[in-house]
Amino acid sequence: MNVEKHLRGRRAEGRSLLVPYLTGGISADWTRYLTEYARAGADAIEIGLPFSDPILDGPVVQEASDRALRRGVTVRGLLDEVAAVDAGVPLIAMTYYNLVLQDPGFCRELAAAGITGLIVPDLPFDEAATLRTAAEDAGVALTLLAAPATPPDRLAAIAASSRGFVYAVSVMGTTGTAFAESGGRVSAAVREHTDRPVLLAFGISTPAHAVTAARHSDGVVIGAALMRRILDGGTPEQLGDVLASFRQALDDSVVPREQGSRVPADRS
Amino acid sequence: MRAPSETGRFGDYGGRFVPESLIPACAAVETAFREAWADPAFRGELDLLLAEQAGRPTALTPARRLSAELGVEVLLKREDLAHTGSHKINNVLGQALLAKRMGKTRLLAETGAGQHGVATATAAALLGLDATVFMGEIDIERQALNVFRMRMLGAEVVPVTGGTRTLKDATSEAMRQWVTCVDEAHYCLGSVMGPHPYPWMVREFQRVIGDEARAQCPEVPDYVVACVGGGSNAAGTFAGFADTTAKLIGVEAEGGAAIAFGRAGVLHGFRSYLLQDENGQVSEAHSIAPGLDYPGIGPEHAHLNDIGRARYVVVSDTEVVPAVRRLARTEGILCALESAHAIAWLIRAAQTGELPAGSTVLVTVSGRGDKDMATLMEAS
Repeated sequence: MNVEKHLRGRRAEGRSLLVPYLTGGISADWTRYLTEYARAGADAIEIGLPFSDPILDGPVVQEASDRALRRGVTVRGLLDEVAAVDAGVPLIAMTYYNLVLQDPGFCRELAAAGITGLIVPDLPFDEAATLRTAAEDAGVALTLLAAPATPPDRLAAIAASSRGFVYAVSVMGTTGTAFAESGGRVSAAVREHTDRPVLLAFGISTPAHAVTAARHSDGVVIGAALMRRILDGGTPEQLGDVLASFRQALDDSVVPREQGSRVPADRS
Repeated sequence: MRAPSETGRFGDYGGRFVPESLIPACAAVETAFREAWADPAFRGELDLLLAEQAGRPTALTPARRLSAELGVEVLLKREDLAHTGSHKINNVLGQALLAKRMGKTRLLAETGAGQHGVATATAAALLGLDATVFMGEIDIERQALNVFRMRMLGAEVVPVTGGTRTLKDATSEAMRQWVTCVDEAHYCLGSVMGPHPYPWMVREFQRVIGDEARAQCPEVPDYVVACVGGGSNAAGTFAGFADTTAKLIGVEAEGGAAIAFGRAGVLHGFRSYLLQDENGQVSEAHSIAPGLDYPGIGPEHAHLNDIGRARYVVVSDTEVVPAVRRLARTEGILCALESAHAIAWLIRAAQTGELPAGSTVLVTVSGRGDKDMATLMEAS
C-alpha cells in the first residue's frame, strides 16, 4: 500500500492523520495491537524493529526495545509475523541503520512482508543516498526526519528527498520527551517547502497535545504514550480504546471546508 | 595519516550517522575545529596548557631490564606520567579549549572506567566549565574511586540504567542528552570514534603522543605498538610514525576485539568494525581492562587495517596480569590494564620470534595502574 498516496488521500478527506507506533515483538500477541490500532482509526502504523542501541529513543521505547529483544525477536521473525497481518493501512518500519546494513535485501524483505515505508532515525539526509535507491527499487518509501535545529536550506532538501511523508521532530530531545507547544514551528517550516504530508512527532501523549500539534501539521505520530501503557500491561483492546480517543479528538477539532481540503477549527 | 574526506570518511569507514537533531551541532564542531586547528593562537594556548597543566612532554623511557630479558630494544612512551594518569587529558584539554572558543559553558562526556570522565572533570574545573559525565550503573559500582574523583572535581556523574549499563550505553545516553542542550553544551567524546569530525579531531589532539615520541626516539623504531579500545592512544601514537618504515601494531583485548571478531556496522555515529550478533544487535564487550570494553573501534583503525598499514592483534585477559607484574618488576612502572595489553603482545612476540631479536620497539604506556589495584588484588 503506497504510503504517500494513502496519506494524501486521507488528508484530502479532511482528516488529521494519526500514526501510532508499536515496538515489534513487544509481546507474543503483538500483531493484535496492529489490528486494534487500525480499527481505532490509524491512518498508518509505525512498527519499531528493535535495536540494542536506540540513540533517538527515550526511556519508554528503550524499555520496550529491551523487552522485545529479551524475548529473542529478530527482524526476519517479525517480518514473517507482519506478513500474516492485513491491517488495511500502510505499515512503516522504524529501525536503526545497523540492522538495515546487515541485509543487502532489507528493503525488498520489508516489501515482501507488506511494509511499504521505512524510517531510519540515525541515517540523516546526507548519508541516505544508497538506501534511498534501494528503497525506491523495492517500492518502499524512505521517510526523512526534520528537526528544530535543521536550517532552512537543509529543510528544503529533506522535504524534497523524503518519501511517504516528512517526519517532523517537535523538540530537541528523544522520543517520549515532554510536549512542547513550539513544536509546530518545525512542521510549519517543512510545509513551506513541500505539499507532502508532514507529521509531527515526539512528546504527543494526550489527545489535547494531538489537537494542538495538528494545527501546524497534517497529523501526528504517537509513540511513547502508547508504549508506556503496553509496558504497564495494556491489552490490544485497551490500546485500541486509547487510540480511538486521539482519533475522536482530532476529528472533533476539524471543520471540513469546501473542495475537500481541511482546516482545523481554530485556524483562520 | 591524513584528514578524512569531506564526509568524514577514512576509506569506507567513519561518516556522520546521527539523528537530524545533531547534524547542525556536529557541523558546528567541525567548523570550529578546522578554524582553531589552523589558528596559531589556539595551538599556542593548547601547547601551553599541555606543558603547564598536563606535564608534557612525557618521558620516553628505555626499558633496559625488560629489553635485556626479551632480547629486543624497548622504548616506552610514558602517557602514564601525564596529569590525571593517562593520555586522556591530551584530547580533553583540546576539546575543552575548543568548547570555550565556541562559547559553550558545559562539557558532556561518557566514561567507562572513569579515566576520560576524570580528565573531563579536570579540564572543566581548570577552564571554568560545568561537566556532566554519563557512566553505566555497573561501571559506577566497579569504579567507585573514579566516581568520587569526578565529584571532588565538581562534575556531575549521571548513572545510566539502560541496556547493558556500561560504556556503550553511557555513550548512547551522552548523545541523547546532547540533543537536549546543544546550544550550551559541547559533547567531549573520549576516543577516536563518534560522528565526523570526532575521530579525526580526537586523533589530532592525541597526535602529540606520536609527534613527541618521533622527536624523542634516536631513530625510527622497527615497531610501534599501542593498545586499542576505541583507539585514541594508538591513533595518536601512529600519527607520528605512519609516514615512516615503522610497523604499526594495535593490540585489541580479546573480549572487545572489533577488528578480529567483528564485522562492518554503524554505532554511535560512525561506520566501522563492530562486535554484533548474527542479527545485527550490538554485543557487549568483556575485558579485564574497562577502557577496552567497547564493541567498536575507531574508523581510521578499520581503514589502516584494511589497507594493511597497521596490523591488529589480540591479547587475552590471562596474558594481561602477568604483563603488568613483569613491567612493574623490571622497570618499576605499574601500568594500567589497558596498557598492559601492548606489553603482553610485546612479551609474546619477543618470545615467539615474531619480533626479531635486536628489533627496536616503541610501546605507548597509555596510563598508570592505580585504578586497577582492586582488580589485580582479585586476580592475584
